[in-house]
Amino acid sequence: MRKNLLIAVWFTLLMTLLYGLIYPLAVTGLAQLMFPRRANGQLIEENGKVIGSRIIGQEFSGPGYFHSRPSAAGSGYDPLASGGSDLGPTNKTLIERVEAAVKKLRAENPTAPIPVDLVTTSASGLDPDISPAAAAFQAPRVARARGVSEEQVEALVRKHTQGRAFGFLGEPRVNVLELNLDLDRLYGGRPSGSPLQMGKNVARTAIPSGGAGVTAAREGTRSDSQSTVR
Amino acid sequence: MTALGWFQILFYLFVIFLITKPVGIFLARVFEGEKTFLDSVLRPVEKLVYRLTGVDEKHEMRWTEYAIAMLLFSGVSMVLLYVLERLQRWMPFNPQKLPNVDPTLAFGTAASFTTNTNWQAYSGETTMSYLTQMAGLAYHNFVSAAVGIVLAIVVIRGIARRETEELGNFWVDMTRCLLWVLLPVCLVASLALVSQGVVQNLEPYTTAQLIVPHTEQVRGADGKITIEKVTEQVIPQGPVASQEAIKEFGTNGGGFFNANSSHPFENPTPLSNFLEMVLIFAIPSGLTYTLGRMSGSQRHGWAVWAAMAFLFFAGVTTTYWAEARGNPLLHGVDQQASAMQAGGNMEGKEVRFGVADSALFATITTDASCGAVNSMHDSDTPLGGLVPLVNIMLGEVVFGGVGAGLYGIVVFVILAVFIAGLMVGRTPEYLGKKIEAYDVKMAMLSILILTLTILGFSAVAAVEPFGTSSITNPGPHGLSQILYAYTSSAGNNGSAFAGLNANTPWYNVTTAVAQLLGRFFMIVPILAIAGNLARKKTIPESSGTFPVTGALFSTLLVSTIVIVGALTFFPALSLGPILEHLLMLAGKTF
Repeated sequence: MRKNLLIAVWFTLLMTLLYGLIYPLAVTGLAQLMFPRRANGQLIEENGKVIGSRIIGQEFSGPGYFHSRPSAAGSGYDPLASGGSDLGPTNKTLIERVEAAVKKLRAENPTAPIPVDLVTTSASGLDPDISPAAAAFQAPRVARARGVSEEQVEALVRKHTQGRAFGFLGEPRVNVLELNLDLDRLYGGRPSGSPLQMGKNVARTAIPSGGAGVTAAREGTRSDSQSTVR
Repeated sequence: MTALGWFQILFYLFVIFLITKPVGIFLARVFEGEKTFLDSVLRPVEKLVYRLTGVDEKHEMRWTEYAIAMLLFSGVSMVLLYVLERLQRWMPFNPQKLPNVDPTLAFGTAASFTTNTNWQAYSGETTMSYLTQMAGLAYHNFVSAAVGIVLAIVVIRGIARRETEELGNFWVDMTRCLLWVLLPVCLVASLALVSQGVVQNLEPYTTAQLIVPHTEQVRGADGKITIEKVTEQVIPQGPVASQEAIKEFGTNGGGFFNANSSHPFENPTPLSNFLEMVLIFAIPSGLTYTLGRMSGSQRHGWAVWAAMAFLFFAGVTTTYWAEARGNPLLHGVDQQASAMQAGGNMEGKEVRFGVADSALFATITTDASCGAVNSMHDSDTPLGGLVPLVNIMLGEVVFGGVGAGLYGIVVFVILAVFIAGLMVGRTPEYLGKKIEAYDVKMAMLSILILTLTILGFSAVAAVEPFGTSSITNPGPHGLSQILYAYTSSAGNNGSAFAGLNANTPWYNVTTAVAQLLGRFFMIVPILAIAGNLARKKTIPESSGTFPVTGALFSTLLVSTIVIVGALTFFPALSLGPILEHLLMLAGKTF
């Protein structure tokens, strides 16, 4: 018993060193060497500032942008509060929330069927994608707001539609952030209120921050997180 | 349901079938001390571990010493995790300056990770420092998985060896499991995950300037709601991939982030999703082959595998069907699958996975005692959520947790041959060992503990205000939430109907107790069975022996599992998900 207790203590300490420190640090080193962009979250930069991650969804408003799915992460797409609504299928709150969303979407596109992903929250609250159906549903609105033809917008959607892996894994999807960035690039004119021109930033989290200034400076000097905006 | 959806499910099962034999052979070689291709690198490390920790490699343990060593090790590791959580504020690798974890949450989390449950009453991204994640949580992912695997090996040795007290050495088995099995696979898998976009760094969180600011309602300290403009998004970082690999491979399931494997940084693509699913079933499936190989009856191993595969397929079929049908209460919404969308019940699901991959993942994670989720089970349709719940209630023996699935199924095998023995009026035998009163008593004990824990705590929580006040989905779904919490805890699964507010003193303490009961009061009787079996003589097979191979045996095994599970939990299930399903069809909301 005493012998085994002694072994237990030493074994715990040794394995904590091996598996708790050496292993994750080794993986970090290798990952940074082999896949630096992916290991750091596929950050997208514009004018030297990080404007988001390719695979973390953002909230978009205004008729000229494609909108992401509803999100239950904090007040919407807050990565510090990732998660779903956890509303059960018979919960009135869910049914009423969907009804309200349906009403709003009906007003903007009275004919097309409303794709289910546009009125439901994702599991992570950070879903970067919408279904091709949800993009097609929004295309007429975006085209109208931008003063371009629906065909042009649809062509852009097709360009950003990602198929299944190997033709059968997962589901086809459209990355909302990349699509919107491309819209801005091609058809210009970010609507007013771009933070790039704004002075005041609202700190929005309860978590003690690592310092936004420090982070931004670090990202600015990093070579592997250069813009993916083509 | 779509043809491609079915194809993904069948393809997955096929891949699992393919890896069963190689994994099984490798595991057998590692634990029988045979040569493997990794020996030249790992043997020196292994020897060094024994020298530093004072382990005598040649020493063989009786089942009691094995149990004591296992309990001591689990205890010491649990204390270390608690201390790490309580002191993380002053430790390195904490770029976000996260405060120390409060005592009941720290205790609950320590119990949860020690027991391979990984029930999480916290959000990783705002609670745990990088050091706690790496040296506390990921470390426990490794060792609690290893404990499960070596116990399964001991049970197999108990069946295979005869007239001996010797069952192996806990420390040697642990070391070989950690070095030969878990480390190499996790190194490769974590890098594969990074290649898909799982993050792996030690940087502070990134602040992104949103290109389109939006407004949000903020409730101030005085209760007033003000509208604020949001211009930033804080994106968490961290050593995620290294933890993600062992989280799945060790069937642990504790997410780095709150959203677990639905988070794009934990599971960014359908390919990473597939890899994670394969990692979950790899060892549990392989162990059935190891059982066959070490016990000398390969056909028995495959008969067990077939029973598991059948139950798996039945589960995934039900979930996929229920989720693909969608929610009939949502009017004016297109839930039909088409070329343009996956359709179905998309509340709590990610677009890249759709209903097929979500149903598949939900079934796998609850068949195994993993508990990682890529969709939110709380938002599943009643029958879609019933399957994960039932999977755990059956004891997670459908492939099951690493090791835990195998020793769990051995309990059911013992019951099955016992029942067969009663039917023909002969002493039951299992692979040449007589199954006697002591073995059956111990087997029943481990089953009853699980039942008693789940139903006992649920009953109290369902009637007392400290239990019901945490419910967030009214109506029958509320009972499902409570039932799922204790089922997941006692079954050491760790997934949740996550709406339930589990971070209260009542739930933190009772779920932790349920986890400890479900783990250790299951393990000790099973070790006792192993010890008792090893002591017995082997008797030759006769014409009166009920065969433990072939379709008849698999059918009997499936029936035993289903009947025991159904009889025990059917009343509770009918008041929860089944009632909710009927009310949903009647158009009732809560």
